[in-house]
Amino acid sequence: MVKAIVNFSHSKFARSFYAAFAGAALTWLLLSVAFLALNWIVDLADIAAPENAVALQGTVRLILAVLMGILGFIAGSGVLNGLWIGRFLYYAGRTALVRGLFGQGLVFAIVYFLMRDVRTIPEIESGVTQASGEAAIVLGALLSTFGFLWFSGVMTDWTLQMFGHHTELKHGGPPGEPEWLRYFNIDVNHKVIGIQYGVTGILVLLLGGALAILFRLELAFPGMQLFSTDDYNTLFSAHGMIMIAAVFLGVGALINYLAPVMIGAADMAFPRLNAFSYWIGVPAAVMLVGGMILGWDTGWVGYPPHSSSTQMLGVVLFLMGFYMNGFASIASAINLLVTVVTMRAKGMNYWRMPIFVWTAIATSIMQFSATQTVGVALSMVLLQRTMGMNFFDPSTVPPGDPVLYQHLFWFYSHPAVYVWVVPGFGLISELLPVFARKPLYGYKWVAMSSIGIALVGFIVWAHHMFTAGMPDTLRYIFMVSTMFVGIPTGVKFFSWLGTIWGGKMIYPTPMLFILGSISVFLLGGLSGPILATIPTDLHLHDSYWVVGHFHATIFGGFVFPFFGALYYWYPKITGRMYNEWLGKLHFWLMLPAFWVMSIGQMVVGLRGMRRRIADYDPALNLDFTHSLITIATLVIGWSVLIMIYNLWTSARSKELAPENPWGSRSPEWLAPSPLPEFNYLSPIEIIGEPYEYGKDEEEIYARPIPAIGD
Amino acid sequence: MAAVTIGHDDHHDDHHEHAPEIPYPVQLRSNRVGLWLFCISEIFLFAGLLAARFYLWRVSPDMVASHPAYEVEVGEILRPELSQTVGFITTAMLLVSSYYMVRAEVAAEHGHRGRMVRSLWVTFVLGLLFLLGVVIIEWGTMPELAQAITGHSPIRPTDGVFGAVLFAMTGMHAIHVTTGLIFILILIGNSRKGWYQPGRTWGVEACAIYWHYVDVVWIFFYPALYLIGTVWH
Ligand code: HEM
Ligand SMILES: [Cu+2]
Repeated sequence: MVKAIVNFSHSKFARSFYAAFAGAALTWLLLSVAFLALNWIVDLADIAAPENAVALQGTVRLILAVLMGILGFIAGSGVLNGLWIGRFLYYAGRTALVRGLFGQGLVFAIVYFLMRDVRTIPEIESGVTQASGEAAIVLGALLSTFGFLWFSGVMTDWTLQMFGHHTELKHGGPPGEPEWLRYFNIDVNHKVIGIQYGVTGILVLLLGGALAILFRLELAFPGMQLFSTDDYNTLFSAHGMIMIAAVFLGVGALINYLAPVMIGAADMAFPRLNAFSYWIGVPAAVMLVGGMILGWDTGWVGYPPHSSSTQMLGVVLFLMGFYMNGFASIASAINLLVTVVTMRAKGMNYWRMPIFVWTAIATSIMQFSATQTVGVALSMVLLQRTMGMNFFDPSTVPPGDPVLYQHLFWFYSHPAVYVWVVPGFGLISELLPVFARKPLYGYKWVAMSSIGIALVGFIVWAHHMFTAGMPDTLRYIFMVSTMFVGIPTGVKFFSWLGTIWGGKMIYPTPMLFILGSISVFLLGGLSGPILATIPTDLHLHDSYWVVGHFHATIFGGFVFPFFGALYYWYPKITGRMYNEWLGKLHFWLMLPAFWVMSIGQMVVGLRGMRRRIADYDPALNLDFTHSLITIATLVIGWSVLIMIYNLWTSARSKELAPENPWGSRSPEWLAPSPLPEFNYLSPIEIIGEPYEYGKDEEEIYARPIPAIGD
Repeated sequence: MAAVTIGHDDHHDDHHEHAPEIPYPVQLRSNRVGLWLFCISEIFLFAGLLAARFYLWRVSPDMVASHPAYEVEVGEILRPELSQTVGFITTAMLLVSSYYMVRAEVAAEHGHRGRMVRSLWVTFVLGLLFLLGVVIIEWGTMPELAQAITGHSPIRPTDGVFGAVLFAMTGMHAIHVTTGLIFILILIGNSRKGWYQPGRTWGVEACAIYWHYVDVVWIFFYPALYLIGTVWH
């Protein structure tokens, strides 16, 4: 039975069908976006549009989508492979992505159709006769996740096992198909998954960045020029959440790609679970984008009572998408921890692991545990909205309390902000010794400081709530505990300084990004304690200062190191070298622009600019700084496009990169580039210390295990 | 994406060797560590719910002011009126089910398939009874029946913070019991196909750990819901 379904989903007919779906859906989507943009411009320019324009657009969209669907069905058999569009649709019909999205859409449509007249309990109780469709959206979103998972095939092996079939782990690309197709299919190889995370992460970063540029244009001048206030709210809410998703994807990329190789393993401990963690993010991302389309105005924190009462229904898709992402976090964190415990190579004891692995452990400790509490918080809002279960409304006896949400939310989200930066710290510590040709200063201290940051991160959450009406005693406690974070963070800074001190430094692009990230994180780190001090926070809370603070921490802790890592491991991933000149151009555009942006944000914050507000009083005299910030944002955006151009074109160059271009001691450079399917051609062993740079060349760290009798 | 893959193309083809075999003991160790980490992770879920329970089921200052008839103090812990009998019996059933789960596990290790399946069925039935006790009686899915057994009308999810937290806690726990029941059915089904021979009983072990875990969670939930605090009318 199950087997039959699986076989059918790979039949010729099913593939043609999916190709048809891909053609129709993509056409529909692209035209919708195009028309949206067109109508927006027409609206801004005050051109009188013909009356039936919207109806006409709808008809055009429908006809073209149907035509493309038919074309897709034909192309699915491969007869149109001579045309690029035919080839595109042919391969689209063979991807798990398209299958999954079809499943998600199908399930959502069925549930929505059946349930659209069902009212939520608060709607019934308040006597509303017309259902808003919220109940249908919530249930549809929930079940559609399963639709995605089953149709895409991530759950196939597990489902088969439940029915007593033995399943073997399949390695390598889909048989008879080009190798690149595996990146769009369910694949269990940690490097494929790492690249899937990475590329998705960069795309999501671009989407979030585009939204930011849109609302930055609005903020460049006082008064409202481009958007309605509701649209503005949706834009900044979506920007925040989408960027956070991008950071998680980037962290996933780093950990998945690097950690198993660095400890000398062939793969993660649970390869199928690894694929699941990646793929469940896709339906979640669809929900977030869906939430944006419906409109949602709560920001990424989704505080009640606003989130539990707003009429902008996108909020439920946001809550649901956030919730589903949690599964990915928890599963991948457990996977990483297990991998480190059980899969290390011979001789790779804990104190000899590359330092990045330690930060991966710290990150995973926070992710696999704290994520649960935000799930509780999010689901409470959903339950209150749909089932009328009161957690946050103070009008009952005993009263509900919105502050409960904030506790549960920040118990997760404070550790989460460290999840975004600790892997970046790992990259800094990993790369500095290579480019300074000196041992990492205080290895054990640095390793422990990551764990320290993770643990202290659990006891500081209420510094986000100084103005929320907590008891005074709690405020003092959390102020003091927050200051303790400075200790492990300080250890890291001293280690970095100690490593650089007297080193023989060289400055290729990755090193520039690493040094840049230290400077940027310093800005973020110094603006933090000012927020953690109660009296100053009472002034600065909810101001643009906070925006400046966290952009500096996230760029310094994640974005800069991540870009550095992309350049650094680029020859490992592709076997080619990136263009150094373009890389440096990227850096020298991005660093100053970022400083302008972040300091600018802090300045306007100090001078009275509130966050999450679409407009500001011209009398505040902020126009100039705001315009400057917007220009800086545009520069950052362009510089990232330069990077993408660089990485894209360099992959096509004929010339191969040197085997170990940076002279690194890390074990991944013992294996060929790009890494073979199972990383090392033969098992390796660890016989020395990881960071003995600039010393005796004889001190080997890792080597292939010599054959017996050697 | 394509750009990155080009590099892969020309390399991967000549390395289509088999995955390095992972020895069973290593895999077993991974499985165990993974499952225990999952259990730890879920502690945070249930602790979050417990935190909500103690945060919300409390006497607030307004309540003292507006209910002078009650002799309560601010901060005093409250609980809703629930049937002690139902709570006790369902809890007992869940605890006893864990005993049969242990029997099943031991039987599997000794290769006594028949005994294992029988014990699993007993566990299943007890678990199901627990679930029905919660879903039908405590939740009042059949209001008349619930009223007849407990002697008071069942609490609704919309009944303020009591209903909300009660349903959230029992609901989250019930989801776990349900997955446990499905897990047991899968074990029963697959053991017919000859799975879980001695030395390869990870499936049974995993199910047992999960089942005990869900049981232990209830050991914390039961007093929080039924025993601690002053009953609020
Ligand atoms: C140096 C240690 C740090 C301290 C003392 C600190 C302190 C604070 C405080 C007190 C707030 C609340 C401000 C308010 O809302 O009034 C805050 C907000 C924030 N911090 Fe930090 N922080 C530190 C590091 C970080 C790091 C490493 C990140 C990582 C990305 C980060 C990300 C954020 C974010 C995203 C917010 C805003 C959350 C929101 O309301 O949307 N912080 N920080
Ligand atoms: Cu924080």
